[in-house]
Amino acid sequence: MTTALIGQPISRVDGRRKVTGAATYVAEFQAPGLVHGAIVRSTVANGRIASIDSSAAQQAPGVIAVLTHQNAPKLAYRAHKGAPDPGIGERLHVLQADRVSHQGQPVALVIAEGLEQAVHAAMLVRVTYAPEAAITDIARAEPVPLTPPSETRRGDPDGALAAAEVKLGQTYVIPRENHNPIEMHATIASWDGDSLTLWDKTQWVHNVADEIAAVFGIPARNVRVISPFVGGAFGSALRTWPHVTLAALGARVAGRPVKIMLSRREMYYGTGFRPHTVQRVALGASRDGRLGAILHNGDQETSTYEEFTEALLNATGFLHSCPNVNTRHRLAPMNVHTPTYMRGPGEASGIFAIESAMDELAVALNIDPVELRLRNEPEQDEFRQLPFSSRSTRECYQAAAERFGWSRRNSEPRSMRDGRQLIGWGMATATYGAGRAPASAMARLLPDGTAEVASAASDMGPGTWTSMTQVAAETLGLPIERVRFTLGDTRLPRAPVHGGSITMASVGSAVQAACRKAREDALARGGGTNDVTEAMRRIGQPVEASVDSTPGDESQRFSMHAFGAVFVEVAVDPDLGETRVRRIVGAYGAGRIVNPKLARSQCVGGMIGGIGMALMEHSVVDGRNGRVSNANFAEYAVPVHADAPPVMDVIFVEEHDPHVNPLGVKGVGEIAMVGVAPAITNAIFHATGKRIRELPVTPDKLL
Amino acid sequence: MAKHHVTTTINGDPVEFLCEPEQTLLDVLRDELGLTGSKEGCASGDCGACSVMVDDRLVCSCLVLGVEVDESTVETIEGMADGDKLHPLQQKFLEEAALQCGICTPGFLIAARALLVKNPDPTETEVRYWLAGNLCRCTGYDKIIRSVLDVASEMKRA
Ligand code: FES
Ligand code: FES
Repeated sequence: MTTALIGQPISRVDGRRKVTGAATYVAEFQAPGLVHGAIVRSTVANGRIASIDSSAAQQAPGVIAVLTHQNAPKLAYRAHKGAPDPGIGERLHVLQADRVSHQGQPVALVIAEGLEQAVHAAMLVRVTYAPEAAITDIARAEPVPLTPPSETRRGDPDGALAAAEVKLGQTYVIPRENHNPIEMHATIASWDGDSLTLWDKTQWVHNVADEIAAVFGIPARNVRVISPFVGGAFGSALRTWPHVTLAALGARVAGRPVKIMLSRREMYYGTGFRPHTVQRVALGASRDGRLGAILHNGDQETSTYEEFTEALLNATGFLHSCPNVNTRHRLAPMNVHTPTYMRGPGEASGIFAIESAMDELAVALNIDPVELRLRNEPEQDEFRQLPFSSRSTRECYQAAAERFGWSRRNSEPRSMRDGRQLIGWGMATATYGAGRAPASAMARLLPDGTAEVASAASDMGPGTWTSMTQVAAETLGLPIERVRFTLGDTRLPRAPVHGGSITMASVGSAVQAACRKAREDALARGGGTNDVTEAMRRIGQPVEASVDSTPGDESQRFSMHAFGAVFVEVAVDPDLGETRVRRIVGAYGAGRIVNPKLARSQCVGGMIGGIGMALMEHSVVDGRNGRVSNANFAEYAVPVHADAPPVMDVIFVEEHDPHVNPLGVKGVGEIAMVGVAPAITNAIFHATGKRIRELPVTPDKLL
Repeated sequence: MAKHHVTTTINGDPVEFLCEPEQTLLDVLRDELGLTGSKEGCASGDCGACSVMVDDRLVCSCLVLGVEVDESTVETIEGMADGDKLHPLQQKFLEEAALQCGICTPGFLIAARALLVKNPDPTETEVRYWLAGNLCRCTGYDKIIRSVLDVASEMKRA
């Protein structure tokens, strides 16, 4: 018999394939007769295409076709919105009209035998534009309410702020950031009559099938999407971007399979990004540190054709106790392409503002930042007036503070030094929603005592393969090496989007239910044995169970979130303005942890993402034309080895949540990114006495 | 333009291939020879995902032309394990969760092995700086550093 597997630090089941180079990512699939596509992108941010001359490109060696809005087939573009698509607006239609709404919009597609030939010919396509005035700078944009307007109010925030003993109001700015997974986005499209196979980098195979079916006006069952290994995404592969349509379109015109792989530079135009946000926070409090008023406004960039919104201000309503709260979220439509969710979307940005303001309040009141938060710890979700399904903020503050040695902190800024380095300690709270969506799974026990378990989930890196195998093996009662889990193919039972930290809760619950059913069926037919292997031997043929698993009404009865606390030590060079993060300790109340080894790895990865957000990441948009002037890895700085702090501690506080989902899990992928940036800027203030409210904190801001 | 004929040794085996003069070694490996273990993260020498050894030198294969490896020896991730037996670095990466999505992993392993050949007893700082040309967006690096240091000390003991 087997022992418990859920909760064990098992090594990745897909690890061997990854360390030997045998894991096959989508760009590596072979299709007979494969040819290559290269995209020509607009060089203006707004206007019309005045002319396109593709004659030179057409005659270039190896070129099979050049598609523009003048000769591309008209596409159906039937209505379709998947969960990651903005609810308001219409997706970009490619090569269907002469209108250009943003820099980098696809205006032509070249198909050629070889990749270099396609790229070369793309450079020969001559496009002229009739440019129009463009807004590409949020400072010049006109923010408008969301549809419908997103404003919340409880109590009398303005009155309470005016009457508060202590108040502050500040503006916090986060620039545009790009996910920059190391794997570029790629699609291979291959038609067989009216059926299409797509090998596509995606966090949701079924949504790609639905979207491309809608675009081409064919039934979704005609589209098969395969995406076994995803080389990182962090949200960039949630939506089905225009290049997927272009690959399918090119393949249809060429009559051969087409591969399109975006270049690193194109990643900044062909996929979404974390939107530039400008947030204003005003806090009012009593002298003993009780919050009396929170006013939190956020403006965020979006495109002219879609209203992309993220949960920028949601946590403000429940993170800290406060009787009078006002939030107002607005959008600034600009000549940019549509932003999208990036790791910790909404919370990572919104909580930067709130937790920075809380630190400023702690300084103003001369109260310890942890103590200030404890004084404002809510008993329930005061926004939704619901109990939390579980909330371990207190435990997280305590565990992280203890591990960090917070009690030795001298609260005076610039009071701690190591040689010439200014040392600063800062902290912040983190939270992220614990969601769950409908998911299906199949479990098949075989007579030889092995099992196949499947769901069309995705694994962009956190370890879906491994954690699902653990859940399946434990539930079936089989050793882990006898269970094979498969994902990433629309032929498998439908799974929800791999994002928002919902995979374990959703797919895990479905896998557990399917395996339980298969095991029960096997034992019922196995002639009285309690050993599933023996039962299967006796039955002599496969026993299969498929389950559709759906959440109940728990999200209506409870406010369900993971919570955490992040403590950081920085060293700032007073002469060079350079900040190094020396230590990070994060404590998380994230329900049950299915695989502590992989969960810890994911959290450390999120912390590094937070270091990037705080200190280096910034897609620099040229306000004159919308061009990203650092669209490459040489100039868009991401953390490297030397930036990783020597100490990165992850603590999972014990948390049993009986309400959130059958497995009691909350997920850690998103929350790991949240709270890191404000903890760092709070530490920088402690080190230097300088409050930097605009990310990233590059050395120039500290000199 | 005529294709070039290139004679080389890859992972110990003699290999001949034809390539366009403008084709990178990375594209030759991935597209012509089916050796897709070397990854492409930038094609501009910034990420290290394409790291391979050419004549015992660590290079970014996206910055080397296929024609340049004529008469050379190339080593890629596909040749790192000894049959079924993983190289100690591969084994350690797996055990320490020093990889997540895995796209950067082959490059890290090739670069780390090159470090240990050159410097079997590196300090932590030396590991960090040697691997600074390899980007990883998932792991947070700490487990990679620890894996390399652990393997170095194990190899020393052995
Ligand atoms: S692909 Fe060669 S360094 Fe990035
Ligand atoms: S494991 Fe994903 S980039 Fe390193």
